[in-house]
Amino acid sequence: MSFDVHEYFSKLNGGDVLVAYKGSITTDLINNVLEEIEEKMDGADEQAKIKKKVYNVLVESLQNLYHHIEELPDQLKSDFESKFGILVVSRKKDTYRISTGNFISSGKIKFLKDKIDKINSMSVDELKDMYKFILNHQKLSAKGGGGLGLVDIARKTGNKLEYTFQHYQDDYYFFNLDVYIIEENK
Amino acid sequence: MEPISIEGTTKTPTVKFDAGSGKIEIKGRSIPENSIEFYKPMVDWLEEYAKGPMDKTTVNVQLEYFNTSSSKCILDVFKKLEAIHKAKNEVVINWYYEEDDEDMLEAGEDYESIIRVPFKMIEIVE
Repeated sequence: MSFDVHEYFSKLNGGDVLVAYKGSITTDLINNVLEEIEEKMDGADEQAKIKKKVYNVLVESLQNLYHHIEELPDQLKSDFESKFGILVVSRKKDTYRISTGNFISSGKIKFLKDKIDKINSMSVDELKDMYKFILNHQKLSAKGGGGLGLVDIARKTGNKLEYTFQHYQDDYYFFNLDVYIIEENK
Repeated sequence: MEPISIEGTTKTPTVKFDAGSGKIEIKGRSIPENSIEFYKPMVDWLEEYAKGPMDKTTVNVQLEYFNTSSSKCILDVFKKLEAIHKAKNEVVINWYYEEDDEDMLEAGEDYESIIRVPFKMIEIVE
């Protein structure tokens, strides 16, 4: 049986959900989500520091989705909108979780998996060096992506990036990334 | 030289480049999906300014948020400033960060370690 994206999405909808979305990842969507999160966090009695971190990591997560989402093949187009992705921002006690998901063709999995595993194996100082190296040596793509998003997320959160690749059908997998931001003691 | 004066939006910063006073300011948020288009006029302007800069160029960068797409473009801006500094002109980059915003301070220090221009880290205390 293939992976059930919708069921997975509803499972993510636990805890205190700030934003839950599935559909096309467009510039307008990004703007709306950022505005909504900002309003919600301003309304909540939350430290400026954690608000900033959540906002920053959310910007990178959404823009990573936006830059990397592939056009779906014809056999998936009937089931999902183009540029389909999911986003759930939730909070449980002192931990914020940002979950994103998108389809990925099998050929791209290894590169992405290796990159995340490498980031997860690095110390704070190694991540800093990697960030600076990419910043200084790699050119921006035409779309404006710089290969820095995941490194930046890992640095800002200080946590490991959790991920799964679930088989959907044929050559297509669903990639899910969970990022955790833990509030320090008040 | 014509100054650059751009009003900020929720995703792009307020930008003021003035050749007459040697003052350069980038302030606000810089989180566009694609920042190349936004920063290109600034890089071009600095290229032109570098031909006859003021004795002292003061750069004020006060960002609340910036994304990784912007981080490379900001580095390009700083590299132009580095060239002006290298040609024996005084350049100082004031990097402002809000109280407790360690991420923003660290981002400034990352640039400071790459770019050979004097940086001043300035904490904004409310």
